[in-house]
Amino acid sequence: MHEVVTRHEKNFQIILAVVMVLIMIITVYPVWYSVINSLNDAQSIDRFGYSLLWMRKFSFSSWYAVLRDNQILRALGITTARTVIVTVLQTIITAMFAYGFSRPNLTGRKWYTTLGFISMYLNGGIIAYFILFVQLHIYNTFWVYILPFLFGGFYNVIIYNANFKAIPESLFESAKLDGASEYQIFFKIVVPLSKPVVSALGIFTAVAMWNDYTQTLYYTQNAKLQTLSYYALTLTKSSQAASQLGNSMNTAAANTVGAAMQKSADFRTIELATMVLAALPLIIVYPFAQKFFEKGVLLGSVKG
Amino acid sequence: MAKKKGLGYDSTSQLQLHSLMLPGTILIVLFNIIPLFGLLLAFKNYDITDGFSGVFTSAWYGFQNFKVIFSNSNFGPMLVNTLGINLIGNLIAIPVTIFFALMINEIASPRFKSFVQTITYMPHFISWVVFGGIIITMLSTDGGMLNTILMKLHIIKSGISFMAKPQYFWAIAIISNLLKELGWGTILYIAAMSGVDESLYEAADLDGASRMQKMAHITLPAIEPTIVIMVIFAVAGIMNNNFDQIYVLQNPFNLGRSEVIDTYIFKVGLQQLQFGLAAAINIFKSVLAIILLFAANKISTKLTDQGLF
Repeated sequence: MHEVVTRHEKNFQIILAVVMVLIMIITVYPVWYSVINSLNDAQSIDRFGYSLLWMRKFSFSSWYAVLRDNQILRALGITTARTVIVTVLQTIITAMFAYGFSRPNLTGRKWYTTLGFISMYLNGGIIAYFILFVQLHIYNTFWVYILPFLFGGFYNVIIYNANFKAIPESLFESAKLDGASEYQIFFKIVVPLSKPVVSALGIFTAVAMWNDYTQTLYYTQNAKLQTLSYYALTLTKSSQAASQLGNSMNTAAANTVGAAMQKSADFRTIELATMVLAALPLIIVYPFAQKFFEKGVLLGSVKG
Repeated sequence: MAKKKGLGYDSTSQLQLHSLMLPGTILIVLFNIIPLFGLLLAFKNYDITDGFSGVFTSAWYGFQNFKVIFSNSNFGPMLVNTLGINLIGNLIAIPVTIFFALMINEIASPRFKSFVQTITYMPHFISWVVFGGIIITMLSTDGGMLNTILMKLHIIKSGISFMAKPQYFWAIAIISNLLKELGWGTILYIAAMSGVDESLYEAADLDGASRMQKMAHITLPAIEPTIVIMVIFAVAGIMNNNFDQIYVLQNPFNLGRSEVIDTYIFKVGLQQLQFGLAAAINIFKSVLAIILLFAANKISTKLTDQGLF
């Protein structure tokens, strides 16, 4: 009897493993597809279609073009600067706020709570932000990428708050008796003890900032302010428009358009290389950061 | 009195605490509270040239902005697209995600289990610009994967331009979202499953329970609260499309099935600068979302004894 059960279990595990491997292949495939085709010769794609499994004819030329393109490099610089600045400042400002909020001896907490919950549940909408940013003179400047994101939201305060409250009260009391100020307690005791939650929430902020394109779309016009995500979006939009124009025309016209596109055949591989570049930091950092992502969500779900 | 309150109530400590909270407080007021004036715009005849103070000084307009929107012939299709993509998407995504979580939970080897989780969570972190761009490339007629495969299998004779045909848009939006979020969506379910007392399964084994019976009587009841919360959130969010996704996949040819409330607000508000109209749609959407949230919570409390609040 026992023998049968274990054999049955073994078979089940094998089937399960096969299904899981298939699902993993499907999940990873789109990224793989973009990587191999960005490294494929453009003319070859034009003649035979995109590669499915491996480079048909290896070529580094689209990557070479991308890495020499000044506009892409500027977009990369802006995106990196924004991600670093916002992640660092937002983490500090939000954690400081949450520390004050978490202290039982804080007076006037209900005012902060009211403010926090209003900010969580009500939203003025993109139009109000447009008017506000124009009024603050940060519309169409680099600051529109920074200032509105310096506070991480009350939801993060709630998560920090739960973690700070778990620190034994005796630590605070003895530090106070030793004459430590609240600043010293925060930076020297609370932050070092809260590294897991700080890194978990910080990494979410970094990903959100790196991937964001709507701030560029909504509140900038200057091409010099484009982020990498937004730049990749403009490439996608223009290539899509070109290819659909070809489809909607009659054959003769389509041939002309086709011939014109032939010339810029490598536009499509450059587009793919740009997209891979935009995803690359995440793919590289992801295996190391994964446990923080998971922790970040679970921290939120316990409390929220 | 001072003694009863004890350490940390002196004015120096209070000053330090409040000063730590000051930058955050200023930012909340500036970027969360002040923009709430946007709600006024829906009831005003506001023009962009009125500037910031014009928000308050411009003439009251009653419900005129709402009337204009509801009588617009685009409004109906837009509402249908919004609800259709979200409703069908959730009806598919929620059960599939729960099923996938149950499968992951059955994996015996802890190392293989965490490997599967790591790999399948990954697409969640890639931006929609990149993921959507790849999907568009895969569906393209000039050598895209799907057309190549369908033609090789002789299912179709010539390529179908999926992105330019409105009838495919809902499917593309729903499936691409499922591909991207399937793994990440399991995270809360798996956390709930790992909280189940192992001895329950052992007792069930002794009673000769099958795998299906254990799932149905131990695992599923354990994740029921999580399912309820996910369903309530899905219902409350039914008016919110994922702008990041829809905007990337949208083009002038598929607009008939791809225009949703969020993309429409962007176009009317920031491209045509009709601020009053955009604000009115925003309010319509928010009010509906709140009503739905309370309704879903009420129904779920009645049916399952579980709710959000």
